[in-house]
Amino acid sequence: MASADSILVVEDIVKRFETPDGVLTAVDHVSFDVAPGEFLAVIGPSGCGKSTLFNVIGGLLDGYDGRVSVAGETVSGPHPSIGMIFQEESTFPWRTVIDNVAFPLEIAGMGKSERYDKARHFVGLVGLDGFERRYPSELSGGMRQRVSMARTLASEPKILLMDEPFAALDEQTRLLLGDKVLQIQQDLKQTTLLITHNLTEAVQLSDRILVMTYRPGKTKRIVDIKLPRPRTSEIVGSDAFGHYVAQIWNDLREEASKGLKDDEQRVARAGAVRK
Amino acid sequence: MSAQWLRRNDVIPVLFGIACLLAFFVLIEILVASGKINPFIVPKPSEIVTSFGRIIADENVLSRFFVTCGEALAASLMLAVTGIGLGVLLHRLRLLRLATETWVAAMASAPLVLMYPLFLVLFGRSVWTVIMIGFVAALPPVVLKTLEGLSGTRAVLINVGRSFNLTPSQLYWKILFPSALPTIFVGVRLGMIFALINIVGVEFLINFGGLGQLVNELSERYDLPGTFAAICFVILVSVVFFMATERIERWLRPGT
Repeated sequence: MASADSILVVEDIVKRFETPDGVLTAVDHVSFDVAPGEFLAVIGPSGCGKSTLFNVIGGLLDGYDGRVSVAGETVSGPHPSIGMIFQEESTFPWRTVIDNVAFPLEIAGMGKSERYDKARHFVGLVGLDGFERRYPSELSGGMRQRVSMARTLASEPKILLMDEPFAALDEQTRLLLGDKVLQIQQDLKQTTLLITHNLTEAVQLSDRILVMTYRPGKTKRIVDIKLPRPRTSEIVGSDAFGHYVAQIWNDLREEASKGLKDDEQRVARAGAVRK
Repeated sequence: MSAQWLRRNDVIPVLFGIACLLAFFVLIEILVASGKINPFIVPKPSEIVTSFGRIIADENVLSRFFVTCGEALAASLMLAVTGIGLGVLLHRLRLLRLATETWVAAMASAPLVLMYPLFLVLFGRSVWTVIMIGFVAALPPVVLKTLEGLSGTRAVLINVGRSFNLTPSQLYWKILFPSALPTIFVGVRLGMIFALINIVGVEFLINFGGLGQLVNELSERYDLPGTFAAICFVILVSVVFFMATERIERWLRPGT
């Protein structure tokens, strides 16, 4: 359970939703903790409550049982120490790259020249030098997601919370952006919690992986990833990487099958109702 | 003039548009000259063009143009302030929205111009009657589009704002409002069209003010080329306002 030096502690979270078919338990007694500088991935099949967990930890969802705390302080709403990167494209289309990245600094009341200097640093950190004056509509999907990342990093959160940030990108871009995340995490010693359904992404980036069960979302297992750091995407070719992917897939396969069966039954039921 | 230059300056679409318009005028000219179109209903485009000088010199069309522009500008400013304000209010107060949204939508299709006797009683035979009818008739699309734009803000953008601990006021002005601006401007443009139609219509009906009154007078004299030339000035008012809103939108909401 939570060790004394954990920066993020998630204790016994239960989240239920009222649905037309009755009460649905999305997250069921999930607990874990994250140490400073650690990279933890939460992986599970679609519909296992990963995004619900992301919203609970980020303070965007209330009405749950259990407790989330950052450095001992209970989270009851969006917490200034938690920076969030969302799955959907979330740049502000009416702001240039530099103005997007400077957004949290502007909200914090920082002066114009100081915030632009700082924003420029984070634009460089995600590798977008030279694109400061471009609008999001002029960038690719991967570049836009890097703008979102730089914007969140500019607020200097103690914990970076990412919900499948590369889900909409192709595999090659995803691997290369994974390198960028690894480099940033290494440079900033950034504590990171990644929500994902992508096995290779989870193993490539993480120190530990929490595997969730399909509905209700419970902790199935926590796997320590003992791959050397610093890492790059070249690690995906190693035997050890393959071993971890196979090991986690063994855990996930059963859960993913349940999800698939559940989907098929739901579609069949809907078809029966239409007839 | 290289092909690359033409592409870069977007000249071809403009030239094509002008060519289409000229071809249309030539076609009408031929049809009227050959008697296929009754010249007592549609004058020859060449007669309309030659009547421009006459209506500028004899009918004071430029000052009438500025009167109609002024009325349209006053109605548009009132529209922007009141229409957007009401849209924001309906977005914030759910009960008020549910209670009034259908009525506002119904008002959009009501022929409010026919209520001009009431406005004459309220404001007299003055410029305010013209402005107020234009304003009231154009209000529903601005209110409804403002509401639509604010309600259509993507949830993820609101969540970004919440994750940065924005106050409700910051969330509104930094995220909801800029996100809704393109839709709001669609409403403002629609509203301006409604306003201009009603302004010119009322000027025509009460024989007072700018271009509408001139169209009335010229048609009463059965001066068809002059009437059509005056209508061209009404179209010019619409073009000027449309271009102005496009510029304002680009200034307020860059990147689109």
